[in-house]
Amino acid sequence: MERYYQPEIETASQEQIRALQDERLVKQIRHVWDHMPYYRKKMEEKGLTPDDIRSVDDLYKLPFLTKDDLRTAYPYGLLAVPLKDCVRIQSTSGTTGKRVVAFYTQHDIDLWEDCCARAIVAAGGTAEDVCQVSYGYGLFTGGPGLNGGSHKVGCLTIPTSSGNTERQIMFIMDLNATILCCTPSYAAYLGETMKEKGLTPDEIPLKAGIFGAEAWSEEMRQDIQNVLGIKAYDIYGLTELSGPGVSFECSEQTGMHINEDHFIAEIIDPKTGEVLPEGSTGELVFTSITKEAFPLIRYRTRDICTLTRKKCSCGRTFIKMSKPQGRSDDMLIIRGVNVFPSQIETVLLNYGYPANYQILVDRVNHTDTLEVQVEMTPEMFSDNLGEVSRRQKELVDGLRSMLGLTAKVTLVAPKSIVRSEGKAVRVIDKRKI
Amino acid sequence: MAINQISVFVENRPGAMHALTEVLARNNIDMRALSLAETSDFGIVRIIVDDVYATSTTLRDAGFIHSVTPVIAVAVPDEPGGLDRVLNVLSEAKVNVEYMYAFLGGHSSAGAYMILRVADNASATSALRARSIATVEQDEISRI
Repeated sequence: MERYYQPEIETASQEQIRALQDERLVKQIRHVWDHMPYYRKKMEEKGLTPDDIRSVDDLYKLPFLTKDDLRTAYPYGLLAVPLKDCVRIQSTSGTTGKRVVAFYTQHDIDLWEDCCARAIVAAGGTAEDVCQVSYGYGLFTGGPGLNGGSHKVGCLTIPTSSGNTERQIMFIMDLNATILCCTPSYAAYLGETMKEKGLTPDEIPLKAGIFGAEAWSEEMRQDIQNVLGIKAYDIYGLTELSGPGVSFECSEQTGMHINEDHFIAEIIDPKTGEVLPEGSTGELVFTSITKEAFPLIRYRTRDICTLTRKKCSCGRTFIKMSKPQGRSDDMLIIRGVNVFPSQIETVLLNYGYPANYQILVDRVNHTDTLEVQVEMTPEMFSDNLGEVSRRQKELVDGLRSMLGLTAKVTLVAPKSIVRSEGKAVRVIDKRKI
Repeated sequence: MAINQISVFVENRPGAMHALTEVLARNNIDMRALSLAETSDFGIVRIIVDDVYATSTTLRDAGFIHSVTPVIAVAVPDEPGGLDRVLNVLSEAKVNVEYMYAFLGGHSSAGAYMILRVADNASATSALRARSIATVEQDEISRI
């Protein structure tokens, strides 16, 4: 039996959801117009007033917000309530050098935690569960979001935060943790470490994992599920919108349901900004319709994916988004070819290499070079140099057919690629352009 | 009869070999022979040791990727033509040698030894035996 945290909305009819969105959008645009001069100015430049927005059908008229806007308006330019009404900020990791600070009222935090609770229940969580939150706690939204969601579901919450793998394993085993929340790369690392300790999937008490905050492939999901003996669920979110829980996976594991009572999703052509029909691949754009403190309208996520309203076997009616095929900000352009790290990961896993890898991009004599460092495994090793070189060449060929360009594959010693306890650093781009 | 060789993956960079020899030294492992095959980014170190099991366990615990491969060891008279006689036998038996390396006997032994990695250990051993060339056993290697 599928269970829901808020069944009345998670399984509402599409008409009900649409009516709710219409009402909330109109109200939100009025709120933004009245309290966020930065966006009001953008609307005025387009000759728009709140009266022009009468339903979701009018959404396309509104101007976009981008990461650049967030940087320009930093820190208070997109704040839409008095500071005294805010109770917290969260901030992005700033790995791309553009720190984002998002503000929350208590109400914003409540709704965000509801979204995370929906994800935990969709992963099978109940008050009987022991939920270990191994996302970082602090400015990063992962820890606080899932921690709040876990409380709402009534799970016994273990706030280990990230790091200290030995302690993570000790808590999982000693307190019989049944749900694990962390980044997929850390889940893979934990699984690998537990396997090395001789723990079999049967001995590991975990039954489900909620993994997000970075791109991961279907193959990586299989690996994590096998080594930990769990079902691995994807969760999606952005600090700009709240954090994890903007969308989440259900038992079908075929995409993530977007919490449409809080967010309106659109897919646009990233070049023209034009809205594309359902099923098209394009850039995902979100409008926050319930956020008070930091209500972003038509925020361009840079994530490339598709949306579908196809009926889901779990009974939820929220629209589903595919796993992002890549973010345009981690998309690499190498010798003019678009390369997503997720494509490289797929090839590695297909050829039996671990998902731990590093991509090095450089420019030598005005030509881009692509090097993929992969850790050697006992299965791939042989005393015969020719055999190891043949497997290495196989991987080069596999990458060439996937990417359309030649990469240098370097085999490195096990554990020599730094394991990150937060987001994995997959790409090192040394090009100075 | 074959003896066990241990092959170890090492990166081709300063200090990589030392990391290996340091672990072996610390664990009191005595090497009889060593050969290194390298590419521009990695190498395979092949070693013959006094205690295969202890070495394998030590390497595993230290996080080295390695494998154990049966190879043939032959005592070769340390004189001109000594190795030629051995290879002549294998050539006639049409046994392919994938790689080989030599070492001189240690403290007590006087002769030279050849380690041969061949496609078919059984036919190589019987061809050698038919010409009265004996292969060296594991316990003998450990005693050298």
